[in-house]
Amino acid sequence: MGFDYMKYLREEKMPHIWCPGCGHGIVMKALIRAIDKAGLDQDRVVVVSGIGCVSRMPGYLDFNTLHTTHGRALAFATGVKMADPTLHVIAVMGDGDAVAIGGNHFIHTCRRNIGITTVVANNSIYGMTGGQRSPTTPLGDNTSTTVYGNADPPFDISALAVAAGASYVARTTTYHAQQIERLIVSGFENRGFSLIEVIGPCFVAHGRRNRARYKSNLDMYREEKETAINVTATKGKPQSELMGKVTIGVLHHAPMPEFTDEYQKVIEKATHVRTI
Amino acid sequence: MKNRKHIVICEDAKTRITINRKWCKGCEICVEFCPQKTLLMEGDKAVVRDIASCNRCMLCELRCPDFAIEVSEGTGR
Ligand SMILES: Cc1ncc(C[n+]2csc(CCOP(=O)(O)OP(=O)(O)O)c2C)c(N)n1
Ligand code: SF4
Ligand code: SF4
Ligand code: SF4
Repeated sequence: MGFDYMKYLREEKMPHIWCPGCGHGIVMKALIRAIDKAGLDQDRVVVVSGIGCVSRMPGYLDFNTLHTTHGRALAFATGVKMADPTLHVIAVMGDGDAVAIGGNHFIHTCRRNIGITTVVANNSIYGMTGGQRSPTTPLGDNTSTTVYGNADPPFDISALAVAAGASYVARTTTYHAQQIERLIVSGFENRGFSLIEVIGPCFVAHGRRNRARYKSNLDMYREEKETAINVTATKGKPQSELMGKVTIGVLHHAPMPEFTDEYQKVIEKATHVRTI
Repeated sequence: MKNRKHIVICEDAKTRITINRKWCKGCEICVEFCPQKTLLMEGDKAVVRDIASCNRCMLCELRCPDFAIEVSEGTGR
């Protein structure tokens, strides 16, 4: 028998609303498989999202789910984790959600190292609202708000997370579907904040406006395949050879104390003081 | 009983490919990136061209954003 996706999907909500060829479905499938692989108890998993196309994911998933407000997935996820640190808390966000409106939550949640596995589906655009430029839109690209080309250089979300102090940072693309699953599983194993950035396509709101590069969504997947380089293969390569490449794999892993563990110590000290 | 007519199963002794024609959105990802050219578009739906060529690499299943194609071992029927 094959994999039983229906165990984890709210079948009555399917098929999902994402456009044909949208990468968000690939991310959802990899997340389901990763949860199954890691053997997490379905009733102890909480999936939290903000607002955006990818943030509709919790609606389709049969776990404890929370669809919150734009940019605030990590704030709500932090509250859930603090209320019960034994829960497996997963946050799903778009690039706009994570590093535009939610940028401040993002860097401080990285720094705090709270046990939240965070999946950012980075499609370089605001998909839901009609293709406005996001902080990860490539320089020069046409979007509905940069009709003469984007003059802003993009954020590297993974590099931002490393700089902000995240203990586990990994990146891949929707083309590399098997790797998404593996990277999420190893993210679960890290005690603390884990970021898995998944670069994906949005032909409808981004690709279509940049026809010189993309005739269809398939060209966006081809680009993911062609530009990706595994982090292990970058060693010793000169910077010039890595220009235009996207490094994939586990980019950073540096275990450190987890926030709810540290906070438990505070609770114990404070309780002790009160009772003497 | 639910109507299951939209579920199309193609099978040989080694491989079973199941396509949900209601959920398939015709994105062509499975067809384009199948290393064996086992699949084909027929109108706006993916179909099996030649089941015997499939090596069960699972890539079509993993990359289908719509949970519309699944690959498993054939039951030998
Ligand atoms: C406070 C607030 N500001 C703005 C919006 C409008 N809005 C909805 S989704 C979105 C961006 C979505 O982009 P992203 O997070 O990258 O997800 P995608 O749709 O690309 O998956 C915006 C700006 C909102 N819902 N709430
Ligand atoms: S608009 Fe873009 S991100 Fe949103 S569902 Fe369509 S392809 Fe996906
Ligand atoms: S990848 Fe899925 S949705 Fe796309 S054509 Fe193939 S079966 Fe249909
Ligand atoms: S399992 Fe692999 S070889 Fe078989 S149809 Fe799918 S992609 Fe092609």
